[in-house]
This record gives sequence, C-alpha cells and structure tokens, in this order.
Amino acid sequence: MGSRGPPYLSRGSDILADPQTDLKQTPLHALHTALGGKMVPFAGYAMPVQYPMGILKEHEHTRRQAGLFDVSHMGQVRLSGAGAAAALERLVPVDVLGLGADHQRYALFTNEAGGILDDLMITNAGDHLFLVVNAACKAQDLAHLQRHLAGDCTVTPLEDRALLALQGPQAAAVMGRIAPAAARLVFMSATSVDIAGADCFVTRSGYTGEDGFEMSIPAGKAEDVARLLLAEPGVAPIGLGARDSLRLEAGLCLCGHDIDTTTTPVEAALAWALSKARRADGPRPGGYPGAEVILRQLADGAPRRRVGIKPDGRAPVREGVELTDSSGRVVGRVTSGGYGPTVGGPVAMGYVESEFAKPGTALAASVRGKPHAVAVAKLPFVPQNYYRG
Amino acid sequence: MSERKYTKDHEWVLVEGDVGTVGISEHAQEQLGDIVFVELPDVGAEFAQGAQAATLESVKAASEIYAPVAGKVVEVNDALADEPALINSDALGKGWFFKVKISKSGDLGKLMDEAAYQKFVESLD
Repeated sequence: MGSRGPPYLSRGSDILADPQTDLKQTPLHALHTALGGKMVPFAGYAMPVQYPMGILKEHEHTRRQAGLFDVSHMGQVRLSGAGAAAALERLVPVDVLGLGADHQRYALFTNEAGGILDDLMITNAGDHLFLVVNAACKAQDLAHLQRHLAGDCTVTPLEDRALLALQGPQAAAVMGRIAPAAARLVFMSATSVDIAGADCFVTRSGYTGEDGFEMSIPAGKAEDVARLLLAEPGVAPIGLGARDSLRLEAGLCLCGHDIDTTTTPVEAALAWALSKARRADGPRPGGYPGAEVILRQLADGAPRRRVGIKPDGRAPVREGVELTDSSGRVVGRVTSGGYGPTVGGPVAMGYVESEFAKPGTALAASVRGKPHAVAVAKLPFVPQNYYRG
Repeated sequence: MSERKYTKDHEWVLVEGDVGTVGISEHAQEQLGDIVFVELPDVGAEFAQGAQAATLESVKAASEIYAPVAGKVVEVNDALADEPALINSDALGKGWFFKVKISKSGDLGKLMDEAAYQKFVESLD
C-alpha cells in the first residue's frame, strides 16, 4: 500500500512513515500529545492532524457542537504608529483607513502581476493594527511588510502569542460562560478580555463556515485557556484534517493551493474582498501591487474563475486533477478536493475557464485514468452560520 | 486452519485452498483514518505479485493496494461500495477487498507471518 496525502501532510511523504525533523512546536504541543493528537509536519511545525476521535467525527462535532483548534503556527503581527493604516493600504486592495476600531477585515497581499502572495485578517485594535497571516507565508509576509512599510510604521512579529480558534454552533454559549464580553461580539469584530487570568484578544471569525472565535493569547497562558475551554460541555479538540474539510465545505481558500501568485483576486472569486474605497470609482483607487491588472479584470472579467466542483458518485477528486469539457479539452484544474463529511460525499474547488463557470455546468475529472462526471457548483457547499447580530 | 500473511505494504492475504482473501492490516486502517471510498478490481482481472490492484481513499489520502500474491480476481467485496467504513471497523474481517485464485503459491513464502509483521510494525515507530 502506498499513499499520497493532502496539503496538511508533507509533500511526498508516506503517511505510514512520518519523518519529523527539526519541527517547531506550538505552546500547546504537550497538550496535543496528552490528548492523543497524531502529530504531523505542517508549515515547519509539528501539528495535530487528528485526535483519537478521528477526522470524520471531529468535523461533525465542529458542525454540531464546538471544536477547539490550535492555530498558533499562524503568524501574528502588530503594526503600530500613526501611519500604519495608510502604509498597509499600499500592500492590500482593501480599505484599511476606513476600518473602525475593533473591526476586522479579510485582505490579500498582492504582487505586481495582480497575483496573491497571501491572504490575511486585519483588525483595528485601537492603537495598532493586528494581522494574522498564514503559517507557510509568515516569514515572507514579515519581510514584505518590513521592506515596504518600514519608516511609516513599526512592524512587530508577535512570536510570544498563541492563537486558538473555538468554532461551531455552541461556541457562543461556551464563550458566554467564560468571557461574556467576547460572546457579545458580532462577526468580524474584536475585543480584549481576560480568560483564565490571561489578556486575550478575541475576534469573532474563523475558518470553518461556522460561528466562532479566534483568541490571541500570551504563549505561557495558552494551555490554561485551552484546558478551560476543553472542560466546557460540547468542546472537543480538533486537528488539521477536519480544519481542512470544514474550510473546503465552507468554500474558503487555502493559500498556496486555491490562491497563489498566479491567481488574481477576481479569478479567485474574491472580488467581494476588494473594498469599494480602493476600486476605480472609489476615493483611493488602486495604489497596491497589481492594481492595474485587478481593476481591469474587475471591469472586464477574468479569463478563468474559481468555482465549486461537485463530483457525481463517491470518488474524491483531489488537488491537481484536470477538468475537461464534453470534447475532452482541458478547461480547468482542481485546487482542493476531498470528502465532505457534512455534505456526505466528495467536494472540491478549482479553476475553470470563465465560460464554464456557471453552476450546473457538466465537466469530467480524470481520476486514475478514468473519467468521473462532475458539475460546477455554487460555493459554499454548506450554509455559512456567521453571527451578524 | 490457514494463517494470515502480510506484506511490507500492510496488505494481508488469508489462504483457503487455492484462493486468497486480501485486505489491509489493522495498523494500516488506523494510520489511514476514516475510509470514504474504495475502487476494487474487476472480477477476472489478473495481477502479478506487488501490482496495483485497488485504490482506497481516506479522509487523509489516496492509497494504492498492491496484490500480495499473483493471481486472478474471483470475487470482490461489493459491500465496500456502500460502506467503505467496514475497513475501519473490521479490517481483518468484513473489510476484505477481493479474493484471488493464486497462480504462484511460492509467492506466499515471501510474506510475513503475524508475529513477523507485528515486529515489522513496531520497527516503524
């Protein structure tokens, strides 16, 4: 038996033989081990891919109750100084100046070709901006910020903080018992609260499609906070495996797979993230890398588009699989795919030429040399359950 | 009573007469996690020892199953189409993949017995 794994397993590794060398550990490493987490290499860190519950049940648990995720491998960065918001606008197609205190916004670092370097969350924390970037990109993002923003603001990586996510329909009730002020937040807003004696910065956001929170916690207090949350009824630890299937069903992009330096925000169906203030008819049009390409695509359309892909039958259609039209011509490619436990079958997303992007369009995916019927599908595959007040 | 034999790739074969039933080990199903899809060979297909004979997909990965012995497929476990999780719940029993009419009984000599396989699995940790 030989295996090929998805993104959260290291490339080319056989999952039956896990080489783990020189991996960094998060502040919750000992807790993961104590909870029976199966540790795998991910973005240079040893991370739990699953706990004894298993990926399928962890996924379902998060959709029905509440899941606790360690996402401390992600990068947390503080931008401080009066010029921080204006400076950051030079790197993202997003309205940062107009982001009110205690509000959060999704953003993208773009390159000169209009491609995506990374996606990130920006929060206006009052006297500074708080950024969360992807683990695999954090060194590169930090260098990018320092290169372009130094002189206008201070860029500080927050290496001594852990990041936990509590996600699922019971997350708000759990938070209500532990930090009532955080439970009153609406989607994409933030506040500072005390949890287990730790000064935590909490946002109402996540990466599962469910209601929930992300908590930035001093590293030394992370295990206390995690144990407090895990002691609450309905809360279970969830690994990277279920994190991937949850975000895929929710139609959320995984950077380096569904979005990368060759995909523009318009192609990636992320035009909603391009703030009005930064568009051609806005008060501060363009002014970020690749603006010309992105604004032109926004006006004229893009040659291809990210869409949902729903395979017929039961066979998962995974990353890299080519999509063909009825004549057999390759018209697209899958960028993420697997089994969707809530959907109860295979789900995928990928890019197709724009004329094939209409939901319902029939295509074929070649899996192990055999054509499998698939259809273009609307994203997300499951309803988003964000709390908007 | 015949003895279950294992490959280094974590398949097993249980021989009765000249027919071998093939599956994957308890260790393999545990490592793969929840299995969601199995692609079985056609009845009548012939494989050399070590040839790719089936594919399974777990929530983690796609995996190839190699024929532990050379032979011709005489029966496949149709129950797996609707319930691939049988491999997780009963890897050595109801989670069998296919039965093969063994063409070279000498192939069995290259496989590990239960004790040798358990030792092999321990050596992987």
